[in-house]
Amino acid sequence: MVRPIGFLVGLGFVGVLLWSLLWGAVAYVKEPPVPTAEHEFHEHPKKVDFSFNGPLGKFDRGQLQRGFQVYKEVCAACHSLRLVTFRDLQGIGYTEGQTKTLASEWAVETPTINEETGEPATRKSIPADRIPAPFANEIAARAGNAGALPPDLSLIAKARHDGSNYVYSLLTGYQNQPAELLKQFPDSKTGAGLHYNPYFANLNLAMAPPLTSEGQVSYSDGTKPTVDQMSKDVAAFLTWTAEPKLENRHSTGLAVLAFLLIFTVLTYMAYQNIWRDKKH
Amino acid sequence: MSFPWAEQYAPKHPFMRYMDEKLPLPRLVYNAIGAGYPVPRNLNYFWNFGVLAGAALAIQLITGIVLAMHYAANGAVAFDSVEHIMRDVNSGWMLRYAHANGASMFFIVVYLHIFRGLYYGSYKAPREMVWLLGLVIFLLMMATAFMGYVLPWGQMSFWGAKVITGLFGAIPLVGEPIQTWLLGGFAPDNAALNRFFSLHYLLPFVILGVVILHIWALHIPGSSNPTGVDVKGPQDTVPFHPYYTAKDGFGLGVFLIIFAALLFFAPNLLGHPDNYIPANPLSTPAHIVPEWYFWPFYAILRAFTVDFILPAKLWGVVAMFASILLLFFLPWLDKSPVRSGSYRPTFRKFFWLLMIDVAILGYCGGAPAEEPFVMISQIAAAYYFAHFLIIIPIISRIERPLPLPNSITEAVLSKSGKTTGEAALAPAE
Repeated sequence: MVRPIGFLVGLGFVGVLLWSLLWGAVAYVKEPPVPTAEHEFHEHPKKVDFSFNGPLGKFDRGQLQRGFQVYKEVCAACHSLRLVTFRDLQGIGYTEGQTKTLASEWAVETPTINEETGEPATRKSIPADRIPAPFANEIAARAGNAGALPPDLSLIAKARHDGSNYVYSLLTGYQNQPAELLKQFPDSKTGAGLHYNPYFANLNLAMAPPLTSEGQVSYSDGTKPTVDQMSKDVAAFLTWTAEPKLENRHSTGLAVLAFLLIFTVLTYMAYQNIWRDKKH
Repeated sequence: MSFPWAEQYAPKHPFMRYMDEKLPLPRLVYNAIGAGYPVPRNLNYFWNFGVLAGAALAIQLITGIVLAMHYAANGAVAFDSVEHIMRDVNSGWMLRYAHANGASMFFIVVYLHIFRGLYYGSYKAPREMVWLLGLVIFLLMMATAFMGYVLPWGQMSFWGAKVITGLFGAIPLVGEPIQTWLLGGFAPDNAALNRFFSLHYLLPFVILGVVILHIWALHIPGSSNPTGVDVKGPQDTVPFHPYYTAKDGFGLGVFLIIFAALLFFAPNLLGHPDNYIPANPLSTPAHIVPEWYFWPFYAILRAFTVDFILPAKLWGVVAMFASILLLFFLPWLDKSPVRSGSYRPTFRKFFWLLMIDVAILGYCGGAPAEEPFVMISQIAAAYYFAHFLIIIPIISRIERPLPLPNSITEAVLSKSGKTTGEAALAPAE
């Protein structure tokens, strides 16, 4: 009984699938899919040779601190970093004292309540505080950015495909809309208040180019603050905020692999030894 | 049951004799995975994957129990509690990456285990029950993995939960009430997240129970082997311990090396970046895709695009469930008395075609729902159903299998090219 029923069920599924295929093919011929500007002009991120790439990769502390400086002086005006505490910044080479100073001098204070009246208030941050967000809430953020919401950057390097390269590419990818795009897709002209960037998913984003001129941030370690350099540095910093345990992961991984290789060689020898007289 | 020549458990130490009398647990272990279980001597590396699946389950249980100590199943804090594990919990990043990639490793070894069963005909009599229980484990794994992916409460978690529970909405009349009942609301929210967490913690232990039944059912006929020929006598088998414990130890080492390479050097390779964005019911991701191990089934679901008596969506849902449920009937669809694909030339060709077909389905399931992927998955899905329901029953009727070896030992000796000097009849060392 199983086989005749199975045969009929099989014919049923195959029939409906081929019927779907036929209609799909007819629709495809009648109305071929229209290419979209996003499909034709979107670009994959440029490859950057970061120090943390590869299984032996480590962060460059100097670069992370420069990137943090770019975040602090440029990005932090609009973007929060809500998963990172000031104390965490010891991970990029600041001393405990320095994180204390950074916390207490941060441009935005930490929200709290007035101890006596219970009214909303603010206070200076301490190292245990998370980095305060530039806007009190989403509505305030949208109101301050012509309706667009600047995303939190804590995880951005993992929340985008090829994130570290993406951040760098986006920051350096602003350009005028190609004439060819406008010729092919006259309806896709970048709207008012938007900026063309082929690395952004739909090609037009609300954020104006944030890094525009050399020397926008003055580095204290002598590195030349070109737009390219600042973009690389902040991309590295945001990779650290997304994956602060990366170095730990790499070094643990190497130790684990070394152990497992020896373990596996020993088990292979045990296996060969036990089976030496048995053909199989 | 076991073969009459199986080694007998004979405790020497008085304490072990006492234990054997009061609670013969050591005897059970000895007979299950010790020297008391005779196994065909000719198993190849494909027979490693059962033990590896057990190891993967153990890794998931251990890492999962510790993660649950730090995770909070509440829509307001779930996402941040996962990040708390990644940032603040000692070695939390390792636990979470081990659990997330451990799920992928579990599916890889289980798929290879199923591959072994399909090629070597392990589903055939007298091992039908082993196959059926294995499929129950597979279904439980899929449910567990799906619910586990919802727990971090990222964008893919939320939208995946919405799409998958939405499948039940395709059932006529009662579909929407069922969907609302499953979710505890009209969309995934706290009620859904909480019950998914509860079930995600429960089901692995159900899996563990069915694994025990799976092994129990296996031990009645004993393990299959690459020739598919029955064990005829003591010369055909070796004791599980130390022969296969040693071989499985080596297999475990290779498994762990691949697992560690993934965990430590590419932990997000198999995940989706969108799941690092907190769940947002107001923003739909551009492409909603499940985890890679569901892609072939997702492709079948999406392959039905035209209403034909029933709505297309219902066809897709029925076909997706049918694509797994039909495997329950495989022992009765394939009536060929020859088990191993090595001796079935026609079966073997179609078998490899099926493997390519499933790979294509997987690729299409991960791709966006646009042409040409939809048309390709329609052809591939049609072959999938035709393979099991039409081609296999016909092949098993008309195929002329190659001559089988008379015994496992004969197959082993003819392969090694020597006919004398074999230690098979010598006492076991």
